[in-house]
Amino acid sequence: VENVRLLDRLSSRKAVLGTLYLTATHVIFVENGSETRKETWVLHSQISSIEKQATTATGCPLLIRCKNFQVIQLVIPQERDCHDVYISLIRLARPVKYEELYCFSFNPKLDKEEREQGWKLVDLNEEYNRMGVPNNYWQICDVNRDYGVCDSYPTEVYVPKSATAHIIVGSSKFRSRRRFPALSYYCKDNNASICRSSQPLSGFSARCLEDEQMLQAIRKANPGSDFIYVVDTRPKLNAMANRAAGKGYENEDNYSNIKFQFIGIENIHVMRNSLQKMLEVCELKSPSMSDFLWGLENSGWLKHIKAIMDAGIFIAKAVAEEGVSVLVHCSDGWDRTAQVCSVASLLLDPYYRTMKGFMVLIEKDWVSFGHKFNHRYGNLDGDPKEISPVIDQFIECVWQLMEQFPCAFEFNERFLIHIQHHIYSCQFGNFLCNSQKERRELKIQERTYSLWAHLWKNRADYLNPLYRSDHSQNQGTLHPQIAPCNFLYKFWSGMYNRFEKGLHPRQSITDYLMAVKEETQQLEEELEVLGERLANLQKSQLGDNKVKSKQQDQSKQLRLSTSNNSLANTPQEYSNDLKSFPSWSPSQGDEEDSALILTQDNLKSSDPDLSANSDQESGVEDLSCRSPSGGGCLPSEDSGKDSDEAIFLAG
Amino acid sequence: RFVGSLGTIVIKCKDLRIIQLDIPGMEECLNIASSIEVLSTLDSVTLLYPFFYRPMFEVLEDGWRSFLPDQEFELLSSATDEWRLSCINKEFSVCPSYPPVVIVPKCITDEELRKVAMFRYGSRFPVLSYYHRKNGMIMMRSSQPLTGTNGRRCKEDEKLINASLRPAKRGYIIDTRSLNVAQQARAKGGGFEQEVHYPQWRRIHKGIERFNILQESLIKLVEACNDQSHNMDRWLSKLEASNWLTHVKEILTTACLAAQCIDREGASVLVHGTEGTDSTLQVTSLAQIILDPRCRTIRGFESLIVREWLQAGHPFQQRCAQSAYSNSKQKWEAPVFLLFLDCVWQILRQFPCSFEFNEQFLIMLFEHAYASQFGTFLGNNESERAKLKLPQKTMSLWSWVNRKEELSKFRNPIYEANSLVIWPAVAPQSLQLWAGVFLRWNRPSQYLEEAHEEMVKIINYNKELQERVKVLRRHLAEMEAAERAQGNL
Repeated sequence: VENVRLLDRLSSRKAVLGTLYLTATHVIFVENGSETRKETWVLHSQISSIEKQATTATGCPLLIRCKNFQVIQLVIPQERDCHDVYISLIRLARPVKYEELYCFSFNPKLDKEEREQGWKLVDLNEEYNRMGVPNNYWQICDVNRDYGVCDSYPTEVYVPKSATAHIIVGSSKFRSRRRFPALSYYCKDNNASICRSSQPLSGFSARCLEDEQMLQAIRKANPGSDFIYVVDTRPKLNAMANRAAGKGYENEDNYSNIKFQFIGIENIHVMRNSLQKMLEVCELKSPSMSDFLWGLENSGWLKHIKAIMDAGIFIAKAVAEEGVSVLVHCSDGWDRTAQVCSVASLLLDPYYRTMKGFMVLIEKDWVSFGHKFNHRYGNLDGDPKEISPVIDQFIECVWQLMEQFPCAFEFNERFLIHIQHHIYSCQFGNFLCNSQKERRELKIQERTYSLWAHLWKNRADYLNPLYRSDHSQNQGTLHPQIAPCNFLYKFWSGMYNRFEKGLHPRQSITDYLMAVKEETQQLEEELEVLGERLANLQKSQLGDNKVKSKQQDQSKQLRLSTSNNSLANTPQEYSNDLKSFPSWSPSQGDEEDSALILTQDNLKSSDPDLSANSDQESGVEDLSCRSPSGGGCLPSEDSGKDSDEAIFLAG
Repeated sequence: RFVGSLGTIVIKCKDLRIIQLDIPGMEECLNIASSIEVLSTLDSVTLLYPFFYRPMFEVLEDGWRSFLPDQEFELLSSATDEWRLSCINKEFSVCPSYPPVVIVPKCITDEELRKVAMFRYGSRFPVLSYYHRKNGMIMMRSSQPLTGTNGRRCKEDEKLINASLRPAKRGYIIDTRSLNVAQQARAKGGGFEQEVHYPQWRRIHKGIERFNILQESLIKLVEACNDQSHNMDRWLSKLEASNWLTHVKEILTTACLAAQCIDREGASVLVHGTEGTDSTLQVTSLAQIILDPRCRTIRGFESLIVREWLQAGHPFQQRCAQSAYSNSKQKWEAPVFLLFLDCVWQILRQFPCSFEFNEQFLIMLFEHAYASQFGTFLGNNESERAKLKLPQKTMSLWSWVNRKEELSKFRNPIYEANSLVIWPAVAPQSLQLWAGVFLRWNRPSQYLEEAHEEMVKIINYNKELQERVKVLRRHLAEMEAAERAQGNL
């Protein structure tokens, strides 16, 4: 469709004319005129809602809201075209079969072996071994080998050694959707563990001997402690209401040596509405400070984030300080339980604060334990009441922790944002379906690619320059402030207003430090090379053997140019990422990235002027134009200008 | 600032810290409390600490003489010759709140200035605040014109203001009061420039709050920050009710507007409110930080504080008397300067690489504005400072700050000179509570300090390597040259 106008949300004056294309996978808007022909790509799977508004004199407005919080406003001149686009998008944005999703057609040009390697990057067996199981207390149980006991659990789960198959099966029958207590995290140092399950089917008075034995077995697996905590992450009222339906919570009288605790995290419906309200605040046109703060408070979003964090802090404290094992559940044990277990693990174990560890954590607590990605994030057309930003909240908790502990995480904010993006994008197979069982049936690993491999390949972009593994923050448990900590929770504009670049800081400390660190690395290498050359020169001068020294000198030059070549990858990725991020969908940007790197690489190595010395010089100059104040600010100043004007005058 | 009860003294400090002392013995406790009470509420300025403070450091540079108007004018005259230094206020005879020398248009005589002074509140006639080298546009500031209800006018005032305009150019008058407030001011003899008399100027009204409204806002905010309850809703609604961030947003927006008129519209700007000693200065000084890279250096920022706050007659002694915990209502108390610093911090946060100084520098200025061993922020204007003989009797803050040891604490490790105009975002999402001041005593700072240390470490290591590489390269080049020479022989 031609002559479509793309409106800027912050100022209605700024609109660009262009052409709208619909492909099998993307909505693409290409700007007319400008020499760059800027393109905006949106994956169909990212579209969360499409709204056709009343036709005006200029055309028919179409509002597209995306799951990654991008809002696109288009005006299409012809009503009929607009209707066609609307109908097509509605169909395209709501696929009914998994096969329609982008990951089945996405091809990053990797061969079969590379794809398999990619899927092997995160290995949960390895992870359980790292934690220290199996051992004297914990073992793998194979009762769920063919998903025979619980179809939303993985085939391999860890249970206390003393829990026999009879106990496990018995306990599973007494738990919602047969999600029996299983190990989530094991603390090597003191044998305390975090286990997870769904709610017991206790009703008002029912009890189950095997379930009681199961909890007893968990307690016994931690000989240092004579009780376990049972944490029900629901508000007490919700849990009590469940009793009427034959579900409910553990009665302390029936179980020996448990301490029962409610932690009021609201259900998925409350969370969905809360996010909705907060996004409405984000979408306000030039809101006043009061509008914004009032709306933020009214949405309750930060309150919910804090509730999840508090639960995680409680559990981490029980495990690390009291040495007591914890059993966590909510209703089905796949939403709040996943949030809380992963926050607690993150607090307890520095490994999960590394890039690799974080991938493992999501794979362990979310993917393998049957978090219903398909339902929660609406990958396929389904019940809108099942949709809820459960993992978004976990990702935000991580961000809030990163703000409080700037040196504790190996990865940066961009890493979190890209993960959030791909949970919805369906570009990679990791988050498809609702359970491991479904994924195996679909043969996901053979037909799609793994996000983790993709992120790992570009890990240089996701590093936190302030991270130091030997830092005090990275020894053992993090202790976030619990007492007066309300004001430590901040609105995350980098996520929820992430496409409104005008709102964000114009210079990034992270990017600046990353550039500096990279330069430092180059300098280190140069220093080494220079030192060697110097030593050689001295030697040759002493020996008065000129011919030999010249040869050596040349070989050194050669080495330097190659080493610099391999380094030259990183700056390109860095700047490309900056460029690609604002308007294109990151997935596209990433693809472009790899393409660009290739060409740049070729260019570099075929560049005849690449003598060692001149390259050293340019390496340094490169940095100054890459640094945010030099290269970054110019474009952002210009782009920021217009929207700012609008704001100042409107105010 | 303190409440004594049963062996416990609670001292509430101006820097928002609260100290609690448990003292055994009722009588001793009461004695200590009353001593502190008396000592902290001295009536006479000359009894204050700066008059007794003897520095333990060597004074390398007298801060009282670090920022003189002559130097500033020298810089200006290298760019334009349309302005002159006027000594009309030499004995503070024309305007008590102005410095002895001011910069005015060349074509206006001192005689005319005297007439203009009669027409402006507190005799604060329009003077040059900033010259934008990029396009030669200027920013002036003054107080409100005394038009009254019958629309008085003053030909000399019009001439002075128009003298700042380029031929056929228009200018903007930014009135920091809402139209309503400005109209009400006419009843008290004040007012605003009427279009008929100033046809080349467009007036824009912006409602920046003053005095007790700001003070109440600060008190509410600090109270919210000290609230130890665990309830998130309560925190957010208290933050909202304090309106502090609303004031920050309003001031920043107005400053951006002024900067935008100058840089983007190519127009001259006159800023004033009522007295021209509060919101006016917030706007003119912030606009300069946005426009002028020099103001983002340590030296330049100090110079800005001296010019636009101290010499421009912001009544520090009245405004910064008690801070947030005062029991008694001080009529003139208002956190005007703190709001300005907050706005600077907001810009600093958005452009973390463009400032030579860091957050600590701003916090230090906040502390010294309210309580200091130095005389810099004593008195309400230059005239009072001269009468108190502050330069002779007290030490200047700048003498202390501008020493190498001190400066190292206030330097931003990731500063890279940025010669561009920086446009901060002013949307609510872009502004944050200044935790470094308001939550300073309520949050753990250990992790943030570690992050800062790490940052410094990264930068220093990089610099060290650069040096080493430079040395080696030179060394290598020398040796190669020597070898070549040898080869040629």
